[in-house]
Order: sequence, then structure tokens, then C-alpha cells
Amino acid sequence: MSVLAIIDHGQGQIKKSTGELLAYSAALANALGTEVSALILGTVEDNLSDLGKYGVSSIFQDINAGFNTADNQALTAAIAQFVTEKNIDTIVFPDGTLSNSVAPRLSAKLKAGFVSNAIGLPKLENGFSVKKAVYSGKAFAWYKINTAVKVISISSNSFEVKTSDATANVEAVSLNLEASKVTIQSVDIVKGEIPLSEASIVVSGGRGLKGPENWKIVEDLAHSLHAGLACSRPVSDSGWRPHHEHVGQTGKQIAPNLYIAAGISGAIQHLGGVNRSKVIVVINNDPEAPFFKAADYGIVGDVFEILPRLTAAVNNLN
Amino acid sequence: MKILVAISKTPDTTSKITFKENNTQPDESSTQWIINPYDEWYSLVRAIEIKEKDPATIVHILTVGNAGSDPILRKALALGGDEAIRINSEAKDAFTIANEIANVAQAGAYDIIFTGKESIDFNGGSVGAILAELLQLPYLPLATKLELEGNNATITREIEGGEEKDAVATPFVIGCTKGMAEQRIPNMRGIMGARSKPLKVVEPTATESFTTIESFELPAAKDGVKLFEAGQEADLIKILHEVEKVL
Repeated sequence: MSVLAIIDHGQGQIKKSTGELLAYSAALANALGTEVSALILGTVEDNLSDLGKYGVSSIFQDINAGFNTADNQALTAAIAQFVTEKNIDTIVFPDGTLSNSVAPRLSAKLKAGFVSNAIGLPKLENGFSVKKAVYSGKAFAWYKINTAVKVISISSNSFEVKTSDATANVEAVSLNLEASKVTIQSVDIVKGEIPLSEASIVVSGGRGLKGPENWKIVEDLAHSLHAGLACSRPVSDSGWRPHHEHVGQTGKQIAPNLYIAAGISGAIQHLGGVNRSKVIVVINNDPEAPFFKAADYGIVGDVFEILPRLTAAVNNLN
Repeated sequence: MKILVAISKTPDTTSKITFKENNTQPDESSTQWIINPYDEWYSLVRAIEIKEKDPATIVHILTVGNAGSDPILRKALALGGDEAIRINSEAKDAFTIANEIANVAQAGAYDIIFTGKESIDFNGGSVGAILAELLQLPYLPLATKLELEGNNATITREIEGGEEKDAVATPFVIGCTKGMAEQRIPNMRGIMGARSKPLKVVEPTATESFTTIESFELPAAKDGVKLFEAGQEADLIKILHEVEKVL
């Protein structure tokens, strides 16, 4: 019986969410009174032993394994083999593309219950119950996992990370990875951009920006805040911004610590994608914009004047 | 080409969400039902586009649900599907749904099985992947583009921080998201034609649920927005830094 965290990575770097993943897994193992370890398939530039500071003392690495979500069938089989050999019964994935493909596949292979995007540690008094957002953030549900083996993924920015001076022991393992039925033809990463799934701050623009030529003031604020860039659906539908920046019910669902919405009225479909943000700041010249009802802070006024002043205030803070 | 599109019935986006029986059941007494937008706008429309290009293509639409799901199947047929299949079972958890779909999919020998990225009710995003595992097929999640040449597909997918182009041969399962196709509205000819298209009802197999929902909660009410005047931006940044500690 033990807990295993699956480390996600790309372009030679572990995902920013790894600290939260490991801290959560260590706290879960502690609550269950069991051991915790982590598994990484493939290689990264990061020093893995440093990850011990998040509370996981044992990291297994297969340096020969390929690693891509397109290979999810092969990755699933390899992880299942490891889990069975090590007698692991709780597997934790970080939020991201791995949790959309490998985590559910693994649950099917192991005949294990799966809950995605868990918020906080499970309740253990009466089994194993996990809280997650449902109805696009309009409610939460407590899911009880009824199987002996459990697979969960955790929602980003939902668990407080504490660190220590500890280091982890990294042990090499060799897993059998089947040949993939999917061939990766090209990977196109947008340079210098913080992926929305990894951003703890997101700055977003809507139709109030009036056109793509005005996006520099949104980008400037995002740059000063080291934030991810996002937009509303009409903006991406009009081709002002790429689809991958669209946040909302039919775009990306995000849960950053801070979401700043400029020139977005706050249609219910937009709120469905951002309402799990910890703090929401809305800037709009219409005091009746529905988004103000969902916001924590707001400024009624012209985005073209306010955004540059916010950027200046952030730069002064730094 | 033989295509299966798995769709689910979800509350309309604007539906108010409330619960009954001590917050253990959704109160659906006034819920308006729609086809899950990811399933309709992206998966189903793309499948129909493939059929329009190659009329020999067969598009079957499937859902797991009781007779209350028939209207969404008729709408899917009105959009251009050839035949609808309803697995006569209350949708339980992702595994039971995927298992029921897998039984039908296996018997149907489909080349492509379309699913949406996730459903907007339980936001699990896992049926497509579980289905692919049960069928031992490749799964291409977060797909924004699909090009077909015979049995070979080129699929563009969202990955963190960018996109990836993959090549895969049929059969496979694909999870579609924004970009795959544009929303369509059924025309009168489609609506009339859908009435005479077959809607088959299949009895479910007994599948154990691996997860159960114990209870629901509504989010805590917000304190209300704290408004700042234009010109007070520095005060707002100070609060975000010192009080909220998010900067």
C-alpha cells in the first residue's frame, strides 16, 4: 500500500505544478499512514533530487522511456506495470494533458475509480471521498472512490505548498514501453508564453479592447505580472487572438490565484471557465457588466487608461 | 468510413444548478437539456463534414441515457447523423458509461470514435480515454483539427504551451475541442428527415460503478465586489500584494 505521484514534463523541464503534486502526494500518504514515491518517465534538465524539498524522498526514473501524451496507450501500460510491481494503490496526477489521457486510461486498466481535478485532500473517515468542481464551477461534488486502487488528478493552485531542506533519492528503473501507434509529426511551442494551465496569474482581454492591435497593453500587464494571457470567446472567434487563449466554458477552464479581466462583460459561459479563480479583478467601463457580480475587486473605467496604470503600479511594486 | 459519435445530455449553460434530497441529487425539475457543446459543436459537426465530403461515410450517434435523451439524439440526427443508438441506462460514472459505449463500439467496428473534450456537467474529461483503453485504441485528446486521407489521419492537438501534430491510422478515439468545427443549426429539411431515421435502443450490461457522488455543495457566496475609482490602480495593486497575497 503506497502513494505514487506521476511527474509531468515537457521540453526538458518538469511542469511548474510538480511542487504542488509532490506536496499533495506526501500529505495524502501521511494522512493514509503510508509511503509516498514519485515516477518520472524520460529525462529532464532539472535536478530531481531537489524535489525532496516537497516531501517525497524517493523518485523512480526511467531515462530511456519516451514521454508524450500522444503515446498515452504505451505510457499507461508502463505505469500500470510499475504500479502493480510496487503494490501501489493510490496514484496522483497533476492537472494538465496527462490527466486527460493517461490518468483515465490507467484507471480503466487497473479497474480503479478515477476522479479528475480534485480540490484538497480527501475525506478518509468513511472511505475515500474527493471534492471536485462540477457544472463548470457552479457547484462542487464529493466523489467516493469505491475501489481498492484509486487514481486522482489534482486541480492546479488548490493545495498549499510547503518546502523543507530535504533531498530525494533518485533510483533508475526500466519499464517496457510498447511501440506507439501514434507518430508525432511536429511540436510547436509558443516561445516566451506561460501556459494557462501553469499560470498562477492570468490577464485576459475581451471585446472592450476593440481590436487585436490594442493587445499590447494586455501583454504589458501580463509581462509585468509574469502572467498567462487569455481572452474571451468573441475575441478568439473573431481571430483577434489564438484559440488556445480562449478561457470559458467551451475554451479552457482555469483556476489561477489571480484572474484580471479587462473589457469582458462576464457572460455565464465565460464565468464557467474562470469562476474557480481565487481572486477576480474586473475592469470595465459599464458599471452594470455582470462580471462585477462575480468579481472580488473592480475598476469601472476605460481599459485603455487603466491597464497601463496597473502595469506601472506593478512595476513600482517590483 | 464508419464513424461513431458519443454524445451526452447536459443542462443548458444558463440553467440554475440546485440540489434536492439533502444535497445528494441534482434538482432537474426545471432544467433545459442540450447536447453537450463539445460533443455537438466540435465532434458531431466534424463527423458530418467528413460524411459530406465522402457520402459513403456512415455516422452513428450514441448516448447512454433513458428515454429523456431521445430529443438530443433526434437533434443530432437532424444535424446529419444516419442512425442513433441509445443505451437504455442512467448514466453513472465515467467507467460505466465508457464500458457501455465500448460494447456497442466493438460490435460496430467503427473507424473513428468521436467524443467531446469533456461534458459541461461533471467535467470529468475521461470517458474518451477510458473507452480507448477498453478498446485498446489510440486516444487523441484535445484535438483541434482532423484531416483524413484514406485510413490515415493527421490530427492537431492542444498541448501545454502550444500544439502538436500527430499521425495515426484508423481505428482511433478522438476527444475534440474548440477549433475542430464550427457550430451548426439544423435546418427544416434535417429536422423533418430526422423523424424517420432509426433510433435503436440497446439494453445495458451490468457494470459496477467505481465512483459514486455522495453529496453536492454550492460555492460560498462572495462578499461582493470592492470597487476602486479610475486613478486608484496603485491602491488595488497594494491590496492584491499585501492583503490577498496573490502578487
